Amino acid sequence: MKGIVFIEKNPATGDLRNVSKELTYKLYTLLQPYKGEVIGIFAGDELPKDINELFKLGLNRLIYYKNDRLKNLQSFAYKNILTSMIKSEEPDIVLFGATHTGRDIAPLVSSALHTGLTADCTQLYIDEYKDKGNILFQRRPAFGGNILATIITPDERPMMASVREGVMQIPEKKLDNPVKLEEFKIDFNENWIKNEFLSIVEKESKVHFNSSDIIVAGGAGVGSVDNFGLIKKLAWALKGEYGASRAAVDFGFAEKERQIGQTGHVVRPKLYIACGISGAVQHRAGMEESQKIIAINKDPDAPIFGIAHMGIVGDINETIPILLKYLKEEK
Amino acid sequence: MKKIVVLAKQVPDTANITGNTMKEDGTVNRGALPAIFNPEDLNSLEVALQIKEKIGAEISVITMGPPKAVEILKQSLYMGADKVYLVSDRKFAGADTLATSYVLSEVIKNIGGADIILAGRQAIDGDTAQVGPQVAEKLDINSITYISKLKNITDDSITVERDGEVQTEQIKTGFPVLLTITSDANEPRYPDCRLMLKHFRSSIEINFEEHKVEKMQENGWIIPTITREDLGLEIERCGLKGSPTKVHKIKSIKLAGNNLTMYGDNPTEIKKMAQSIIKDYVEVSG
Ligand SMILES: Cc1cc2nc3c(=O)[nH]c(=O)nc-3n(C[C@H](O)[C@H](O)[C@H](O)COP(=O)(O)OP(=O)(O)OC[C@H]3O[C@@H](n4cnc5c(N)ncnc54)[C@H](O)[C@@H]3O)c2cc1C
Repeated sequence: MKGIVFIEKNPATGDLRNVSKELTYKLYTLLQPYKGEVIGIFAGDELPKDINELFKLGLNRLIYYKNDRLKNLQSFAYKNILTSMIKSEEPDIVLFGATHTGRDIAPLVSSALHTGLTADCTQLYIDEYKDKGNILFQRRPAFGGNILATIITPDERPMMASVREGVMQIPEKKLDNPVKLEEFKIDFNENWIKNEFLSIVEKESKVHFNSSDIIVAGGAGVGSVDNFGLIKKLAWALKGEYGASRAAVDFGFAEKERQIGQTGHVVRPKLYIACGISGAVQHRAGMEESQKIIAINKDPDAPIFGIAHMGIVGDINETIPILLKYLKEEK
Repeated sequence: MKKIVVLAKQVPDTANITGNTMKEDGTVNRGALPAIFNPEDLNSLEVALQIKEKIGAEISVITMGPPKAVEILKQSLYMGADKVYLVSDRKFAGADTLATSYVLSEVIKNIGGADIILAGRQAIDGDTAQVGPQVAEKLDINSITYISKLKNITDDSITVERDGEVQTEQIKTGFPVLLTITSDANEPRYPDCRLMLKHFRSSIEINFEEHKVEKMQENGWIIPTITREDLGLEIERCGLKGSPTKVHKIKSIKLAGNNLTMYGDNPTEIKKMAQSIIKDYVEVSG
């Protein structure tokens, strides 16, 4: 078996995007039992600075094409280049990060290759299927997160899937595959460049979910922007980060970039404290994998208690100030 | 005058799905759910209407779905669309994004092509965001996704703002182009009363008694239905047959169920919880 992973650079930092590392390692673990090869494909102006990292995560080879005209997202050109790279390797599996770049290009490539693509998978595994031999099983939430569907592409190759950042994990112990970079030759056509970038403004992100061991999140139950201050205080007291449910974002209690869930961030902290959050499936999709979950909610039947490890049935406006007081005292 | 095509979908209101609205084969029983205009498709129709106001355009809205989907076509007419088409055929049922984009791209060719094709970023039932780009690929034209604003439109170019996740990009491009629009782009307008009066009788032919059809046709009240045969499409590329992805299994999401330790909402209990948090996790700061 042979697998390809689309390698993506963070245009702001010039480094690899985390999802490219996560998927390289995922593909490695998927293919290892079959002694399969893990190949990265990249197109852009410059290679990511930390490209060698990928070889510590199971990459066998990187195929790349460099051209200054590919500094920014030129979907049409990317599609042509990546499609030829994939055709030249005839892989069984192709994975894309479900980023705004990956979700832009993956459908173009799958259409050009006449094959299936399953978006935003939360689980991938290989198993036997009828007379088709070993194929990729792709699990994803569907219908607003209310059901979990297992999708397969039994007849076409490659089998393509995208996965959101933060869903798969990077191991602590690293491998040490030799670095192997191969330049790809293609007749580049200037007509493939369709977009003129008039301006690019980096989004300032104040949110650091990835590097936080503790996340405190507030929901609609917090009640007001002022009350949301309690959520921030609790996060700060624990040297953590604060997040929000979509309802809290919709009410304007917190910024959109702090939303956790199916349409927000996927987080996996050591401790997640959900305050005034009911625990809708779309929210759980973004935090369920946290190591420990504490729920504070005044409704004993709130679904969030179904996945929590510790809980208080109570009003957050009364309980959080007390919790803050003891956290300081007990220190 | 520019020709604009808006791709729209009627979707089940996924905020209201429960186990008993699923059929045994794992597909959703759409009949049992309230059906709505996919929210981001309304944003893309609004972009089309704004372009029309600025430089003049003819707007066609296309939807593929069961006859009932004609409801969103009427809504499109009420908002200001010029032409609407229902693409409907039993042979289209069970289509994944590849088979859907194949049919839609053929419909666009069939109605004479387009300068600008607009689609919602994604539909709330599948959330895949794939059909738009795949239509562009089938037509061999440029596509730009995640449009968060229409910035400028002239006779030979369009400038848009794209949400590039880590950056905001302003992109200028020529025609033809397919754009997918996010909910940040605008507030879709309400239906116009005069247009509602003008179109409230519009429907697809099967909804009229046979002897009335001719009259309705004269009044322009018949919404055309496009079938597989009209397009001359191969069965192998349509519907379930033309779909490389298959649904293998479906299960409703259940809660995992952990060992839950409850604490009372009184100071003594909360203190215990604070101690347990500190023991396992932190140095606490002021
Ligand atoms: C396509 C789609 C995508 C979505 N994506 C996301 C997503 O990414 N993230 C997300 O979070 N949601 C998402 N949602 C929305 C999701 O379905 C829920 O509506 C949302 O998560 C609810 O947020 P909430 O728990 O804060 O609010 P509610 O469900 O209103 O819950 C509020 C909770 O607070 C409790 N409460 C009230 N007052 C107090 C008090 N004083 N003290 C303590 N508890 C109190 C109540 O008992 C209740 O349990 C999505 C929905 C759809 C359809």
